[in-house]
Amino acid sequence: MTRVGALLAVLILALSASAAGASAATPRASLTDIENDVMCVACREPLAVSQSPQANSERAFIKALIAQGQTKPEIERALVAQYGPAVLGKPPAHGFNLTVYVLPPAILLVGIIVLFVTLPRWRARERAARTATPRLDPADARRVEEDLAQFTG
Amino acid sequence: MRRLLLPGLVVAAAGALLWVLAFGVASQGADTSIEASLARGVRPPAPNQSLALPVLGSNARERLAAFRGKVVVLNVFASWCDPCKAEAPILEQEQRKLARSGATVLGVTYLDNSSDSQAFVRQEHITYPVVRDVDGTFVRSFGTTGVPETFIIDRSGRVAAVRRYQIDSGWLNQVVTPLLREHA
Repeated sequence: MTRVGALLAVLILALSASAAGASAATPRASLTDIENDVMCVACREPLAVSQSPQANSERAFIKALIAQGQTKPEIERALVAQYGPAVLGKPPAHGFNLTVYVLPPAILLVGIIVLFVTLPRWRARERAARTATPRLDPADARRVEEDLAQFTG
Repeated sequence: MRRLLLPGLVVAAAGALLWVLAFGVASQGADTSIEASLARGVRPPAPNQSLALPVLGSNARERLAAFRGKVVVLNVFASWCDPCKAEAPILEQEQRKLARSGATVLGVTYLDNSSDSQAFVRQEHITYPVVRDVDGTFVRSFGTTGVPETFIIDRSGRVAAVRRYQIDSGWLNQVVTPLLREHA
């Protein structure tokens, strides 16, 4: 009982600590964090790896907004207002871009269905093959009978 | 027949994935239909003329269609682009000449934030109108993939010449002067 009680106390403490963390003020946005989620629109690569003049201009824009105390979502909204939705690392979920969100789960679902349908059949076939008595054709059966007759005769 | 069902499904899925990939790659390609028309000696109508674009540093909006009747030197630029900086004085000089002949330069900022664009306009003493194409809808309809690019549009709103890299005054004179003599 004491062990269960101690476990409960630890759980309650952990939960309250995480709740306190979540309710704390929104953390300051960092350039590194934002760089990983946005694109250099001219060079079409993540801002984090781009060193082009356009990327440097974008970085300066982000730094200025961070200095103003803006949060990450606010900065992302400002980036979209300036550079369009292409600046976001994740494309907007409409039009052709929808395939990015729809296709992977669809493929996973189809794969699961295929496995769900085919696996029991394969296993049943394998089990049947293991338990089934091999049947001889009449010619072989006759030859076996003749051979046995020689030994027993 | 049932034995072919699973391989058939797999092949169909692979085919569909290849189609999606091919469509995605093809839709990323540059549109060179303007060049193709010009090579045939046909001036294509400038696309998206009625699209209202925000004027840089203002709440107003401007359409290319509003310039119908004028020769327009449409210059797509960004403040971070060195060739754009190099050609800005040429365009400003051209604007002073064109303003007297019923023509204008029209700047379109692309892939640039408005504060940097405004600083660029101030530094380069640009007096011609400048609009912003935030999501690139307008410039992409011209086949633009980068900056600078310049399109010469005649008085009837048709594209008469294109340069997809830095311009010089020789090219501008060569393509704009004959258009100024034309009537809409």
